[in-house]
Amino acid sequence: MSTEMSSAPPSGTASRAYVRAAAAQVLPPPVATSGLIGWLRTNLFSSPGNTLLTLLALLIAFWIIPGFVRFLITDAVWSGADREACVAKGGVLPGACWAFVKDRLAYFIYGAYPVESRWRADLFFLLGALGIGWLLWLNAPRRDLGLVYFLVVLPLAVYGLLSGRNPLAFLAYPYDLVTGRSVILGLVFAALLFLAGFLVARSEGVRAGRAALFGLAALVILTAAGLAFERLWGAIGLAPVDTARWGGLMVTLVVAGVGIVASLPLGILLALGRRSKLPVIKFFSVLFIEFVRGVPLITVLFMANTMLPLFLPDDITVDKLLRALVGIALFASAYMAEVVRAGLQALPKGQYEGAMAVGLGYWQMMRLIILPQALKVTIPNIVNTYIGLFKDTSLLLIVGIFDFLKAIETARIDPQWAAPTVSATGYAFAAIVYFIFCYGMASYARATERRLSKADKR
Amino acid sequence: MSSIDARPSGATGSDSRPHVAFWNNPKARGVLFQMLLFLAVGFLAYAAASNAIENLQKQKIASGFGFWNNIAGFDIGQRLIPYETTSTYGRAFWVGLLNTLLVAGIGIVLATLLGFVIGIARLSRNWLVAKLATVYVELIRNTPLLLQLLFWYNAVLKALPEVRESLALPGGAFLNTRGLFVPEPVFGAGFSLVLGALGAGFVAHLGIRRWARRRQERTGQRAPVLAIGFGLIVLLPLLVYLLAGQPLSFAYPDLGRFNIRGGVQVYPEFVALLLGLVIYTAAFIAEVVRAGIQAVSKGQTEAAYALGLRPGPTLDLVVIPQAMRVIIPPLTSQYLNLTKNSSLAVAVGYPDLVQVFAGTVLNQTGQAVEVIAITMAVYLTISLATSLIMNWYNARKALVER
Repeated sequence: MSTEMSSAPPSGTASRAYVRAAAAQVLPPPVATSGLIGWLRTNLFSSPGNTLLTLLALLIAFWIIPGFVRFLITDAVWSGADREACVAKGGVLPGACWAFVKDRLAYFIYGAYPVESRWRADLFFLLGALGIGWLLWLNAPRRDLGLVYFLVVLPLAVYGLLSGRNPLAFLAYPYDLVTGRSVILGLVFAALLFLAGFLVARSEGVRAGRAALFGLAALVILTAAGLAFERLWGAIGLAPVDTARWGGLMVTLVVAGVGIVASLPLGILLALGRRSKLPVIKFFSVLFIEFVRGVPLITVLFMANTMLPLFLPDDITVDKLLRALVGIALFASAYMAEVVRAGLQALPKGQYEGAMAVGLGYWQMMRLIILPQALKVTIPNIVNTYIGLFKDTSLLLIVGIFDFLKAIETARIDPQWAAPTVSATGYAFAAIVYFIFCYGMASYARATERRLSKADKR
Repeated sequence: MSSIDARPSGATGSDSRPHVAFWNNPKARGVLFQMLLFLAVGFLAYAAASNAIENLQKQKIASGFGFWNNIAGFDIGQRLIPYETTSTYGRAFWVGLLNTLLVAGIGIVLATLLGFVIGIARLSRNWLVAKLATVYVELIRNTPLLLQLLFWYNAVLKALPEVRESLALPGGAFLNTRGLFVPEPVFGAGFSLVLGALGAGFVAHLGIRRWARRRQERTGQRAPVLAIGFGLIVLLPLLVYLLAGQPLSFAYPDLGRFNIRGGVQVYPEFVALLLGLVIYTAAFIAEVVRAGIQAVSKGQTEAAYALGLRPGPTLDLVVIPQAMRVIIPPLTSQYLNLTKNSSLAVAVGYPDLVQVFAGTVLNQTGQAVEVIAITMAVYLTISLATSLIMNWYNARKALVER
């Protein structure tokens, strides 16, 4: 047994080779991993290969970025009245012709909308921003009211504002039955208003007989309100503006907004239809979804443009913008249906079984249990579909709708601004505008994803 | 619910189930709703069809597919099969379809390459590389494809110099406002031998790969498949090429004062469309690739290292097969998107299916229903065929769980 535990090695013990006689060599301190130098070393120059990559990336960056900066900022022309400002001077081409954008900004935003009515478009932007702010601000008061505002009040208000026509005209249609002006329209809307009152009453748990009374009351009251509003609207006296004169960013936002508002409910219905146990409903849902997802949007728009007028009776003409709107909304709803379906599938079966065990009917189960959970997890994907929809609105120019991109296309070939860099400037401006909207939505989707995953991590 | 109102029918009947009004019976309700939907759709289809027939008769537009064999009378710039103004509408359809397939095929290959590079770059540990890739992806994904196409066509390609001041590119190619002119390959007599050798080498490589895999599963020994494959696919055709007396030469484009003779002209419309599609789709593919690689948990790599696999085989045998399972389905849908997006050719005037058929032919014949139906049927066929293949692939590669 060894008693000396190597606390102090005795001198002259050459036989014990494992005992170190001299102090170990002092190693250099470990490579700094903090501070600027350390950050550079770990992130850019950690190995020869990495260094090579960094140099390559630097090369690419120095090749691209200065050109961009020079074109967009330093060499750009910021003021001027016409093409003279942006033509080559002394054989040197100037950069972006922002003077052109400044000159044509109103055209890009409103298109050919009458100048004296542009405040209505401005009010539309304001109302829209208000609605979006209300919905996105998590701590806003009465967000449920915000949803009603966004889905019902806003579309009607915008239609009334921009077209100058009475947005609640349909409420007064049942009165046509009395005057005998248009029986079919009157009957249809009378039935719809009655049904609205009836269903609201039923969902509050009123018996069928009394609910019918509620329906009748709704019919009378709403028709009266519609007639009163018609008087009021006539008193306000907004000049009607034909949709052919709508244009620019305004149209892009209207189309995107309608698509956003319409595609989610339609998509939810289609997704539920696709998962339905009823074979006919399932068949039609699958048929619609797969058909629309299998063809390019442009053919759908062509179809809406050239075939829809053929399918309708001779005396009904559908507004060109409305045709395109229907096309885009239906197209987006098919993609939305697949996104919602993914959310429905991700929900554990126990949720469905639990809801049924509590005794909820199909629609109650969907409204109270399934959809709130399924939609919550799919918010990022829903927003991604919205981004696609927003970008797709640019295709309207191919079927002759005067959207934002069309305004740019028209302005850039205007001889008054015929200069070499005007086209590139127009496209750069369009890219910046589209980017702001799409990147904004994408950032919201990412933030939501983070917020939701935080809740899951607990 | 209201079914509470319905009381059990008591002891009178042998049926002890509660008596429920038929509109509260889920089965009856289901049948009713389905019948209603069926009737509504049927009525809409009937009304649309009868209106269409009436309107067509009123406008004196012919119906049916008789126009297919009529003379088209318009010219198409880029064509892969012979076509003249005296050719038929049917011929024009095939020219357009082949042009669509051409741009989609080349676009898919290039977008995949670029997309994988950028997707991997986004995950790079090199900060600068990752940031550059991120900027690319965000910039491209958040602007419309149509805007990018118009930019490439109107702002970049239209701004190229005239023919006289063509930009000379290395390899004898010229670039000017009328497109890209590249040397045209001229195939000699013996070139079919080279192609034959290439095909044979490829088939032989597939056979050897199969054999090597079987042998490895049986004995654990690995064969140098890659080296043999290189020899079969690259060296063998090269050898045949040299032995056959180099039966391939190039006809170089010749720059004249007003025109360029010889060579192959790649139209600017094609270049713009291809550039736009590749750059746009690559950004989406990059995201797919990134998501796929991130989906393989780190434990997989660590476990492979713990088993003693080196980084190369780890990537090859553990990470990539699992990442591919996640990548392939969304990648296919990106390929489909690219094919469908190629219909935006109409904006830059590239003669694809939509531009030729749903554009010019529709305008000339006025037979919107037939033309749009054929166009949609083509895209639907491509989509459905692809999704069938995908379903088969997914079923084969799906995780086998207990």
